Amino acid sequence: MIDFVGKRHWFFLGSAVAVLVAVVALVTFGLRPGIDFTGGTSMTLHFQPQVDQSAFRQTVSDFGHTEAMIQGSDDDYLLRLRQLTPQEREDLMATLESDLGSSVTVLDYSTVSPSVATETAQKAGLAILLASAAMLLYIAWAFRRMPSPFKWGACAIVALIHNVVIVAGFFALLGKFRGVEVDALFITGLLTIVGYTINNTVVVFDRIRENRAKGISPDLGITVNCSLVETLVRTINTSLTTLCVILALLLFGGATIHYFILVLFLGLLVGTYSSMFIAGPLLVTWEKREWRQVLARLRSTRQPA
Amino acid sequence: MLLTFIVVVLGLSLVSIVPVNSKLLGPGGLTLGLDLRGGSQLLYEADLTKKDPSVSDEQAMASAIEKIQRRINEFGAAEPTIQKQGSDRILVQLPGVKDINRAISLIGDTGLLYFRELEEDSNGNPVLDSEGNYSFKDEVATAEGTDGNERELTGQYLKSAGQDFDQYGAPVVVFEWNTEGAHLFEQITRRNIQKPLAIALDNVIISAPIVNTVITGRGQIEGHFTIDEATDLVNKLNSGALDLPLEIIDQRDVDATLGADSIRKSLLAAVVGLLMLLVLMIVYYKVPGLVACVSLGTYGAMLLALFNVFSSQLTLTLPGIAAFILSLGMAVDANVLIFERVKEELRAGRALAAAVEIGFDRAWSAIRDSNVTTFIACIILFWLGGTFGAFMVRGFALTLSIGVAVSMFTAIVMTRTFLRVLVSTKMVTSLRAYGVKS
Repeated sequence: MIDFVGKRHWFFLGSAVAVLVAVVALVTFGLRPGIDFTGGTSMTLHFQPQVDQSAFRQTVSDFGHTEAMIQGSDDDYLLRLRQLTPQEREDLMATLESDLGSSVTVLDYSTVSPSVATETAQKAGLAILLASAAMLLYIAWAFRRMPSPFKWGACAIVALIHNVVIVAGFFALLGKFRGVEVDALFITGLLTIVGYTINNTVVVFDRIRENRAKGISPDLGITVNCSLVETLVRTINTSLTTLCVILALLLFGGATIHYFILVLFLGLLVGTYSSMFIAGPLLVTWEKREWRQVLARLRSTRQPA
Repeated sequence: MLLTFIVVVLGLSLVSIVPVNSKLLGPGGLTLGLDLRGGSQLLYEADLTKKDPSVSDEQAMASAIEKIQRRINEFGAAEPTIQKQGSDRILVQLPGVKDINRAISLIGDTGLLYFRELEEDSNGNPVLDSEGNYSFKDEVATAEGTDGNERELTGQYLKSAGQDFDQYGAPVVVFEWNTEGAHLFEQITRRNIQKPLAIALDNVIISAPIVNTVITGRGQIEGHFTIDEATDLVNKLNSGALDLPLEIIDQRDVDATLGADSIRKSLLAAVVGLLMLLVLMIVYYKVPGLVACVSLGTYGAMLLALFNVFSSQLTLTLPGIAAFILSLGMAVDANVLIFERVKEELRAGRALAAAVEIGFDRAWSAIRDSNVTTFIACIILFWLGGTFGAFMVRGFALTLSIGVAVSMFTAIVMTRTFLRVLVSTKMVTSLRAYGVKS
């Protein structure tokens, strides 16, 4: 039988490095918030014929929008400004058409007032906290016959935070180097990851619960490892099948949901990994209070022999 | 018994999604969200501090919504939705609307019509502004009502308004007063004969004709309108002025071609992914895999049928498609969990029938717990969706929760029944066909 649990410290180390990188990215670069969280106006413009980016930038800035952020090239541009009124929008479009000599089609247009944006940002944070808390309670209830059910819930939540932080960190990097913004859909994606991770972790925990009830070994490490191996095929098959569809959407799906699908894709990968190599093994470490050994070892090395 | 039920459900599902009258899938047709068909979503916030203190907040909001509804109906938008959100917000969805700025001014302008009299100095001469134009009093023209009280003459005394053309063929707006309005208008025109009288809408003077004669019942507004402007003004006058100032706090427009491109690409991707998934299931799980494919097919048909039957409540959005696929993943997961358990039991040497039953029982707790946790996430998302990017997030949560419910049904009821039938009719008895080397 493959010994996953025995190698748990390697998994912990790997995850710690990934989480550390993600946290550093989040702290130094931060996520690039979209208008959903800052307020403002964002639009995708299609020009026919093509328009040079610098000319476009110049026109927008001459019009008085020095705060404008422009991405894209040739014919499709993403333009982000402070919140526009319908009249200002009409004026801007007219100026663009006359100054650039190109007809403009507004492919999508969103405007969010700063007050709604603040509310959104608060609710998004609250939603992730609430969802995690509600699921923690459910897991604690579902595993209520186990000794210390909250320990199970807590391990699942640690795996969950691990996943969310890694995916968010990845988007901090994307934001820094590719200008990718996070929006309401990103939060939806994160919450889906939360659900997915819990889902996977619960399946593994369910097997541990069953094997423990069967009493296959007095040692939790062996029980957990046995459960991981038994659910391995299921985990791989489920992840592979879902991955098929997500990957197809990522490669061929529409542009509007590209980054949303990317969140799901990363979440699926990290979620599969963490439900197997983090949540269960963490339970073993906690149950055995391994940090005491580590502390003891540290203490003994510090004392002169 | 259960089998009959399943056949009936499947039959109904299939019937409801057979294309009729070139609609997309079935008689009701699927309602596509704004992100897929193009259109606009406007979230308005009403300033309740400016309402008439004698009415309650609810009444003021209900009246505003009713007026917006009337204006939009007149405007002719296809399948608009107007909903109250929270205590002071109104969500308006206008699928397929091309000229969104026109729709915005039509919906959100107060639409209050009134008159302003000429400003005169102590000698009775008109006061001119710096550019030599007449200037008008700031206050609204008033007169004595039928009950003897002084009243402001506003659009609320209109009986009706309509669009017409003057003798030169220019669009004009004609209106008719009710008794009270006619009584007030008569006095105002009488004292302003041979003087200009300003007609104002929402603080803007649209025209200031010279009053030639005393007018009672009917009047006409000439304001160098285009036909659209005249029609919209008529619409605003007929629906009545909004009692609350409205402000757009969130607006999303999607161009229809972008939506069409997205849906085409995403659906294609989904089909490719699905085919890969089905092949994987059959290759790995053999006969049960085939059964799972039938269940999953039913799952897809049922979900589409639900969207079809409740097409007025459920709309398919792009995140909805993602949710559809995610719940499909969960449906597959439930099947995989069951088959793995059945295999284990077979390997342990149990008879086929017993293995199927025990396999299902064993898999149940994991399926239940994982689906319930997803449900919890859905509920929170749905609540969250009430505030922002509403159609995106809500569509996702709603589709995912329906998908999870249907996927549990197909895995627990469909797959199980099909497998039982297979086993009891002894159609397939070889253990190899169940993925176990005998």
